[in-house]
Amino acid sequence: MLKVESIHHGIVIDHITQGKGKKIFDRLNLGEVDYPVVLLRNVPSSKYGKKDIIKIENCIDIDMTILGLIEPNATINIIEGERIIRKMKVEIPEEVQGLFKCKNPRCISNTEAYINPVFKLAKSNGTVEYICEYCEELTSYSL
Amino acid sequence: MSLKGKHLIDPGDFSLTELNSIFQLAEKIIENREEFSEICKGKILATLFYEPSTRTRLSFEAAMLRMGGKVLGFSDANVSSTAKGESIADTIRVISSYSDIAVIRHPKEGAPKLASKYSAIPVINGGDGGHQHPTQTLTDLLTIKKLKGSISGNRVAFCGDLKFGRTVHSLIKTLSRYPENKFVLISPNELRLPEHIKHILKSDANVEVVETEDLELVIDSIDILYMTRIQKERFFNEADYVRLKDSYILDKNKLKAAKKDMLIMHPLPRVNEIDYDVDDDDRAVYFRQAEYGVYARMALMALLLGVYENA
Repeated sequence: MLKVESIHHGIVIDHITQGKGKKIFDRLNLGEVDYPVVLLRNVPSSKYGKKDIIKIENCIDIDMTILGLIEPNATINIIEGERIIRKMKVEIPEEVQGLFKCKNPRCISNTEAYINPVFKLAKSNGTVEYICEYCEELTSYSL
Repeated sequence: MSLKGKHLIDPGDFSLTELNSIFQLAEKIIENREEFSEICKGKILATLFYEPSTRTRLSFEAAMLRMGGKVLGFSDANVSSTAKGESIADTIRVISSYSDIAVIRHPKEGAPKLASKYSAIPVINGGDGGHQHPTQTLTDLLTIKKLKGSISGNRVAFCGDLKFGRTVHSLIKTLSRYPENKFVLISPNELRLPEHIKHILKSDANVEVVETEDLELVIDSIDILYMTRIQKERFFNEADYVRLKDSYILDKNKLKAAKKDMLIMHPLPRVNEIDYDVDDDDRAVYFRQAEYGVYARMALMALLLGVYENA
């Protein structure tokens, strides 16, 4: 069994669907940071069979919007003194800005470059879809 | 309650009470136009039409002129600074210092909303792509109120291009806010109402919606038949337009089965979707609808400018 040191202060992103860990790692730019980060893949899980886990030392500030879009089923554990002091469920964000563009070619946001539209969550059962604040078309989210 | 200084981008920007205040004033204007002939003296309307329009632009211009105001603007994006690459944000900032109120028509969806964010004066959406056309909605609702007696409790059928028809999108969303309206959607499969609007109708407003491709099948159950043109300018592909353009043509024969008090409405311009024979039918109200459009726009601008406050 692979053994990874516990972290003293930081966060653990747990219950990541097997295979999504790398995507989250990349989208959170964890390959660029200078604090210790571990991506664990294919970890045995009693609930899911296998799962991915990300451990981040010395940082508790991550982009929950991106995380919520990619893996709304994940759990965030805040670690202090090697103990979990808080558990949080990740949620699909109600509002997103700057992560994707409106899919509607007739939308003004695709013509005037200075616009950064806000997308509001329309529905989240099955696919995640957001309504553009300008044209109100639905844009399905996929990374 | 005051509408002074507000923008009209989407009919949803206004509460039903605010919408009713517009209709109240419009009805007062219809009763006594002379009383309102100087109400906008000294005010300037800017008409920023980035795509061709005759009816909406002239209706706005007529509305402002009938209230004693003045009008400036352009009706072709190629002769405006847009052709030089000016952004909408910059255009409206400049226009804000030239005029008191602006109406914008733009082929891109959401352009008037964008303008409203940078504007110091009230912005009215005069139609944006296939998205919204709120002043047509005011026109349509005023027509229904005047000729049907109530905006509620009607079975309203929309026929033709329900995909790109912005008049339909604006009207159906607004009608769904009034109680006990039911909808029948008649269109070819390729021009069905967009899912995001159906989602609003079914999930948010929880109204009855029936979809069919057959006008004759449902015409006997309709209180208001809203016909639309298949819009050539909305198609990327000419072949698709040619295939679909004659999908529905309303004629006297089809009207035999319709209710005696059904209203036939159309935002105009008509191409061939309503036979000219139908024009003489008492149920055909589309030209009166166009006339009401001027009164609806007069009332709207008077309230947004704050030159009139409803009691």
